[in-house]
This record gives sequence, structure tokens and C-alpha cells, in this order.
Amino acid sequence: MDDHTAGLVLDHVEIRQAGQVLVQLNHRVKPGEVLTLMGPSGIGKSTLLSAITGALAPVFELSGRILLNGRDITELPPHQRHTGILFQDPLLFPHMSVGANLAFGLAPGGSRQNRQARVEEVLAEVGLEGYASRDPDTLSGGQRARVALMRMLLSDPQALLLDEPFSGLDASLRTKVRNLVFERAKACDLPVLMVTHDAEDAKAAGGEVITLGV
Amino acid sequence: MAKSRSFFPILPALTLLLLLGPVLAGLVGTILPGFGHLPAAGLYGPSLDPFRDLFDWPGFWPAVRLSVGTGVAAAAISLTIVATILAGWAGTRAFGWVERLLSPLLAVPHAAAAFGLAFLIAPSGWLFRLVSPGLTGWQRPPDLLILQDPMGLSLIAGMVIKEVPFLLLMSIAAMGQVGGARRLAVAQSMGYGRVAAWMFTVFPVVYGRIRLPVLVVLAWSMSVVDVAVILGPSTPSTLSVQIVRWMSDPDLVFRLRAAAGALVQLGLVLGAVAVWWGLERLLGRLGASLAHRGLRLGADAHIRAGGLLLALLTALLLFLGLLGLFVWSFAGFWSFPDLLPDQFTLRSWHRDSVGSWQAVSETAVIAGAAVAVGLFLTLGCLEAEERHGLRLTQRGMWLLYLPLLIPQTAFLPGLQTLMLSLGLETGRGAVVVAHLVFVLPYIRLSLQDPWMQWDRRQAVVAKALGASPDRVLWRVRLPMLLAPILTAVAVGIAVSVGQYLPTLLIGGGRVETLTTEAVALASGGDRRAIGVFGLLQTAAALLPFALALIVPALVWRNRKGLRDG
Repeated sequence: MDDHTAGLVLDHVEIRQAGQVLVQLNHRVKPGEVLTLMGPSGIGKSTLLSAITGALAPVFELSGRILLNGRDITELPPHQRHTGILFQDPLLFPHMSVGANLAFGLAPGGSRQNRQARVEEVLAEVGLEGYASRDPDTLSGGQRARVALMRMLLSDPQALLLDEPFSGLDASLRTKVRNLVFERAKACDLPVLMVTHDAEDAKAAGGEVITLGV
Repeated sequence: MAKSRSFFPILPALTLLLLLGPVLAGLVGTILPGFGHLPAAGLYGPSLDPFRDLFDWPGFWPAVRLSVGTGVAAAAISLTIVATILAGWAGTRAFGWVERLLSPLLAVPHAAAAFGLAFLIAPSGWLFRLVSPGLTGWQRPPDLLILQDPMGLSLIAGMVIKEVPFLLLMSIAAMGQVGGARRLAVAQSMGYGRVAAWMFTVFPVVYGRIRLPVLVVLAWSMSVVDVAVILGPSTPSTLSVQIVRWMSDPDLVFRLRAAAGALVQLGLVLGAVAVWWGLERLLGRLGASLAHRGLRLGADAHIRAGGLLLALLTALLLFLGLLGLFVWSFAGFWSFPDLLPDQFTLRSWHRDSVGSWQAVSETAVIAGAAVAVGLFLTLGCLEAEERHGLRLTQRGMWLLYLPLLIPQTAFLPGLQTLMLSLGLETGRGAVVVAHLVFVLPYIRLSLQDPWMQWDRRQAVVAKALGASPDRVLWRVRLPMLLAPILTAVAVGIAVSVGQYLPTLLIGGGRVETLTTEAVALASGGDRRAIGVFGLLQTAAALLPFALALIVPALVWRNRKGLRDG
């Protein structure tokens, strides 16, 4: 992979609904960089993210290509794309323990003990030692956000998509979780595409900001 | 992926075939002999003789009048009770009580409810024992024709107590979808009385969503067999009961008359649906013009009290009826007008233990098989629609409701005749297929909303984590939907347990479930045996609901997110 294709490339991506253009974007997010998309509600920011994860509803039409580290993922089924996503809600699976949630994200392979050890290790990294057997619904908002982040990172993503990920958290937590996410993404050298309403988020991200719909 | 692509699209087609195939085949099997074509009896049509024969039968017009009159009255009364209780009380604490009282009663099989009512209102029943001899001076049961009265009043009552819970629960679901509470608050703030506010602003939208269930109730009331055998008059009986009687006659020629009767029955139901539809429009316009005049109708205390009273009466009749079955099943010697038997004994339960055990296992096998297939097909269809971006349209909804809208007596006799003509075996397997026709729509209706309301972002996250569509289904969606899935299973079992006509006709009279056994006891008047079978039938329908509540609570006892939501 040469330097020109590394990262997340949106190559003349255009999403239309009933013939009307909703979003257009031609951009490359390099590994370790953050691109922030801002703009009023209903402008199609989240729709663009669904196009990248492969969850675009059939009412939309997509043209252009989406490339991830040189791999054309435009037509791939969602589970083969390696595009990690975090929403405003942590969306931990309520029927699984915290540890089972993490193990669900962890790429397959390895012995049971190894996987368990990896889960414990990751929990310790974010200050949640011994939380593996806990019910996710008994965790605080900040703890859930951390588990959701680590679950996503365990699945070995090649890009990170953030859909208003910090708006559910109160002000003090917000900064902490935000820093953790960006720090981790940087450490893993991931291209990050963030959708937000919040100028603070955009500033903290430190990368380029594109405002849609103006 | 390749495997699931080839597998899932078959399921909707297969489901549609199992849903509509027996109905259409049954209609063909009715039309042919209806027009004199029955090669098995050496008769070749077409001819109008079966209809002439039917019209010459002296009971014809009384039977038609009875079917139409009782059916339309039961549906109209049920809808009125439901609308009045909702208009007067929806959202209040009293309404919460009514809802909690009536929802478990939805699962009580028709036959058990009808027997229970019969035990209450019969001349020797509890109501008369309560006031005798004190108020009446009667030492012996009075010679009054209350059960099976010629006007079908007790039949109407028996149908109403089963339809009110059904329509009420359907309406409550619909009200949640349309935001009824807020509409009501807005209209009340403009000075409308509660009942007027609800009738003008909430009822029209709710009715739009329960129209199909209301029509199902109308079609069912006009053609029901088991309740009419128990509570309806016998000379003449309703047209549907008469059709079933002709079907069981060893003389094959009576099948022609039965087929002609079935076609008339179908015509009556279609005609009633059309008239109902017209009345709907008319009443809708009337309501709109009343609303336009701005009538506030503030003084509605009487209507509210009446609505609550009727709803409570419905629940009370059902409860006391079941209690009556219970007491009779344990009753020793019990003379009139004592309120309770002289002694309680297990004798009736012992006496019927062999027969009832066989009926229990037959019922369980049939319900288990029908519900297993029904659940598999329903989940397969929902998942296939999900993966291929399909949506059940309004027309699809009609197809789903079709087997419930076409009277059972219009196509089941034909299905039996057709099977005999083609040399197909009637019996347990065929009964399962016939039950599936009625189980499938109810499983789908029960599962549809929870399935759709599931947060799809869970699937997006799971797939982003690298989970395949199959893994998302098995590891995430199905476990999260455990409670609604078990509820759908319970609904399916209750539907199967309650089926009388499909079991009787498609079983060729050889498949004996709790329901066929209980209904067969109706003519004999052995109240203790009826109590035993009626209770077993009720238990078979209610126990799965209890399990559907208990099992998820146990499995997810440490999962707050699934317990509360």
C-alpha cells in the first residue's frame, strides 16, 4: 500500500434520495487524521456514515467509490468492511456481559484463555479491571462509552466513524471520553471521520472541518 | 452469504403457500360440490340442485337470520363496549385494572369461555342459585329457556365476552402507535368532554388501525361453530352449525347441501363486510359533522360509568365462568339452589384421566408442531424481508388476514371433501397443516411490532465488529427478542389449542384434542366432565403465557436492559 491510498478515501461519493442530491464529498482522510463533518440536522451526515458502514437504506442511491487502505469497499457486505463505528448511545448488547461484549468484538481465533486474557487486559487499559462479568446496564455512562470504544477497537477496524459520539455524555465526562477516543485512534493510526453538531468536538479533533449544506 | 441468499427468499413464498393454499383449495372443494359436482358420489355437475335443495330445507331462512343477526350484533356490541371503555377511561388507573383483568382472558379458549358462561346463566346455574330461593322462591331450577334461546341472546353474550378482550388489546396497541394520550389532552384543553374528545380525535385513527381485526371479529361471529354448538339455539341452529352437521352425515349427498350452505355462508359474510364498510363511512361522516359543530358534550359521566360497568361485567362473566368450571370439576353431589356442592371430590378427574391425558398429549403434539413450523417460517420471513429490504404492504396485510376473514365453514368442509376426493389422508398431519393456516397470521401479528421496533443500530454495530448477518441474527437479534418470541409462541399455542372446526373436519373425526372432546360433551350435559375438559383446555392455552413471562425473567435475571424494557 503506497502513501496515496492509505486511509479512508471518499472518491466522488454522492448520495441521492428520489433523484435529489443529498450529500457530495470527495475527500481523503489519512491514517491518524480526523475529518469533522458539521451542518444542520437532516443534511445527510449520518447517511454518509451508513454508506461507509454498508447500512445505507434502500431509499438512497450511492455513486462514487469508497476505498479503505486501497481496498474498494463500496460493494462489500458490512461485516467485511472493517469500519468501526461509535454512536451517541454505546449500544452494548444488553443480553451479554461486559466481557462477552468485548469478546464479540475480538477477531476470531485463539484459545479461550487467551481471549479471556485479552478481554481482561483491555478492560484494565481503560480502568475497568474486573468488570468482565458485569451487566452492561449497571455501568455508568462513561464506563459504557469506554467499553463500546474498546469493543470496537478489538475488532481490528481500519477506520473509525463517529456519529455524534459524545452528545449523550455530560460536560465533565465528555472531555475525558473524547480525549480517550482520539488518543486511541491516533495510537492505532486510524483515519477518523466524525459527524457532530458541537464546535467543541470539532476543535478537540484538531483536523479539517467540512460544513455540509452551506 | 451465498447460502443465506439461496435459502431465505424461499421462505416468504412457502409461507404464502401454506397460508393461502389450504384456503383456496378449500374454496375450490366447496364450489365444485356446491354446484353438484362430486365424482366420489357419482355426481357430475354443474347443476343448481344443491342450492334448490338448500333453499327447500325449511330451516334455511331462520338459520340465515340467526347467523346474520347474532354475528352482526355480537361484533357491534363488542366494538361499542371497547370504544366506550377506551373513550371514558383510557390512561386512567381504572383502565389499567381493566386491561390487567382482560389481557390474560384473551387466551381463554372460546369453548371454555362459552361453557363457563353457560354454567353461570343456565336455569340451574350460579346466578339463579344466588337469588334462590330467597328472591324467587324456587326450590328447583326454573323451566326457562335461557341457554340456547331461540333468539341467540346467550350466543351473542358468549361471543361478546371473547371479542371484547381481543378488540381492546388491539386498540391499546394501536393507540400507542398514534399517540392517543396527547391528542386527548389537546382536545380536552379546548373544553371537550373526555368521551367526546376521544371519539372525535382518537377513535377515527385507532379504528383505521383495528379495521381488519374488527372485520375478523365480524366474520368469526357470523360463522363460529363451537360457541354456537354450546350456547346457540338448535332448532334451527346457525347456518354454520348446520353445515357441520350435514358434513358429518354418512350420506355423501348431504355434502352437496353443506357445500351450497358454505357458499351462502361465504356470501353472507362478504355481504356483511360490505354493509359494515358502508356504515363505517356513514358513521365517520356523521362524527365529522358533529365535530365540525364543535359540540363539547361535557356531561359524560353516565357514558363513562356505563363503559366501565360493561367492561367489568365482561371480565366478571369470564372469571366466574372459569371458576364455575373449576367448582363443577371437583363437585360431588350438588343440589339446587345450594351455592356450593355438598362435597368436593377428585372423582371426575379420575374418571376422565385416561381420555383427558390422551387429549392433552394430542393437543400438545399438534400445537407444538404447528407453532414450531409457524415460528420458523415467521422468523425466516421477517429476516428475509430485512435482508432484501422488503416491507409488508397494506395488501400483504390483507393476505395475512385472509384466512381469518374467510369463514372457516366456507373452506374447511371443502378442504375435507377435496382431500377425500384426491385420496389424501385426513388425520394428525393434515390437522397440523390446517392449524398452521390460523396460527401463522397470529404469530406474525404478535411478532411484527417487536421485530420492527428493535434498534437496528445494534445490527450496524455488530456488523461493523465483523459479525456476519447470520451471526447478528443468532447472537444478537434473537436473544434480545427472546421475550416477544416466547409471547408469539404462547399466542400460537393458544390459537392452536382453541381450534375446533379444523381439528374436527381435517382430522376426519379421529383426532381428539381437548377442544373437540369438550365440545362433544356439550350435548350430553355432564357438567363435571365439561368442567374437567374446559379447565384443561384453558390451562393448555394459559400456561404457555405464564412461561413466556417467567422464562425471559429467569434467563435475563442479571440483565437489567432486557428486564425493564
